[in-house]
Amino acid sequence: MTVEKEPVIELKNVYKSFGQKYVLRGLDLTIYKGESVVLLGQSGMGKSVSVRLMLGLMDADSGSIKINGKEITNFSEEEFYENNRKIGMLFQNGALFDSMSVWENVAFSLLNIDKMNPEEARKIAIEKLEDVGLPAKVANMMPDELSGGMRKRVGLARAIADNPNIIFFDEPTTGLDPIMSDVINNLIVRCVKQLGATALTITHDINSARKIADRIVMLYDGKIIWSGKPEDLDNPKNEYVEHFVKGISL
Amino acid sequence: MEMIQKVGNMGVNFVKAVFQFILFLIQTIHNWFSPPYYPKVFLKNFIEIGFYSLPVVSLTALFAGMVLALQSYSGFSSFSAEGAVATVVEIAITRELGPVFAGLMVAGRIGATMAASIGTMKVTEQIDALKTLSMSPFKYIVSPRVLAGILVMPLLVLIADIIGVFGGFLVSIHELGFNPYVYIKDTYNSMKMMDLTIGVAKGATFGAIITSMGCYYGYYTEGGADGVGKATTNAVVYSSILILIFNYVLTAVFF
Ligand SMILES: Nc1ncnc2c1ncn2[C@@H]1O[C@H](COP(=O)(O)OP(=O)(O)OP(=O)(O)O)[C@@H](O)[C@H]1O
Ligand SMILES: [Mg+2]
Repeated sequence: MTVEKEPVIELKNVYKSFGQKYVLRGLDLTIYKGESVVLLGQSGMGKSVSVRLMLGLMDADSGSIKINGKEITNFSEEEFYENNRKIGMLFQNGALFDSMSVWENVAFSLLNIDKMNPEEARKIAIEKLEDVGLPAKVANMMPDELSGGMRKRVGLARAIADNPNIIFFDEPTTGLDPIMSDVINNLIVRCVKQLGATALTITHDINSARKIADRIVMLYDGKIIWSGKPEDLDNPKNEYVEHFVKGISL
Repeated sequence: MEMIQKVGNMGVNFVKAVFQFILFLIQTIHNWFSPPYYPKVFLKNFIEIGFYSLPVVSLTALFAGMVLALQSYSGFSSFSAEGAVATVVEIAITRELGPVFAGLMVAGRIGATMAASIGTMKVTEQIDALKTLSMSPFKYIVSPRVLAGILVMPLLVLIADIIGVFGGFLVSIHELGFNPYVYIKDTYNSMKMMDLTIGVAKGATFGAIITSMGCYYGYYTEGGADGVGKATTNAVVYSSILILIFNYVLTAVFF
């Protein structure tokens, strides 16, 4: 695949700590247009925090974070919300609006931002639900009537509903059975390949990583310590990555 | 030494919180003047605050009026001024007890609900999800709620006033043996435009206090279910205190 080398997400020397505890110290990461990058790392390493920083939901202590060449820390409120219109995010725990039905969740930005008429928005929501392997009958259910895996998939449908061109997936296949995981992997690949979106996926699922990634990066001790292609995982030339892939504690 | 440091820290935190709250209010007000608007959210909260508070507010106002008639009668009868009961009930209810009881009841109901539901949204990342979906939580959650509170509370206070005065009337007629026509005439004669003005001013102020405290504590909730509990308590406690303080301030202003 030929990747146009146009950086979409650029992090330089990013530091973030909570009180005494540092999480990121000198994180550098560049993701190019149309690229699907998988971020690996042990639990508590700061993967979700990194994504929250890229989304501007949290401020870094220092360093630069650019989306499409624009420094997000300098955004005004209007610019922030405008920028987010092209961004989709699947939260680790779904973060569904529990006062709204499933279809209203999925169609949230279609209804409230794009001001689409409800019938049309509902139709699109049901299509997106089918994309993530959920039958149309869940559309009218409330989030608390869903299983964990279903919630995750509704979150996924919501993240892609407005055809974003940058998508973040925080553990999209965690809690899903192998068959459903494969459906989701294919969906992510399709989003990137067909829609030309740029994707950053956090996962602990090595199979999923192999399937969806153009490039895999490993977060350790607040920095990216390894970057390679999926096939490099078999021979990463890095002891930590080798242990991580094989699931052996150091 | 440690003591001084602790007190110092508390002071600094308090000043910080006040600044944070002022910024919060500025953002809330700013979003009243910048479309798009979400009338459905506004309407839902208008009804929730106004209509669904009617039972508790009516009951408290009714009994406040009743007890007020009894007590003022026992006070006035000792110097044969029973005729003043209607006037005292009317003034005390419309200027003080109607607004304050309505405010405290709504603070308990709505302040708590808002802090808990927004706090839950905060700790389950629903607020963050709104932002990533390009929706400002101020536009969608906070501003419509505070506006609804300010507009509906005066109505609620007026209803509380009417029911409170009616409570006094009931007791005066049935327990104290007043002539209903005389009592109504006395009530009517003591009514002034000022009573209405005070009710509306206090209602709007209390509505602003309750909803902004509920939203503020909800919005800055941290630390899971525990944090939601604290936010709820804080919202109710501080809005109740502020209601009593501002009740005095407004009474003094109109005095
Ligand atoms: N709001 C916060 N306040 C304090 N500490 C935080 C906060 N958010 C995250 N942390 C800390 O930052 C570290 C990284 O958290 P993060 O959620 O990014 O981990 P992660 O890599 O996504 O882990 P997992 O794979 O388990 O999801 C954790 O140690 C966590 O305790
Ligand atoms: Mg995480």
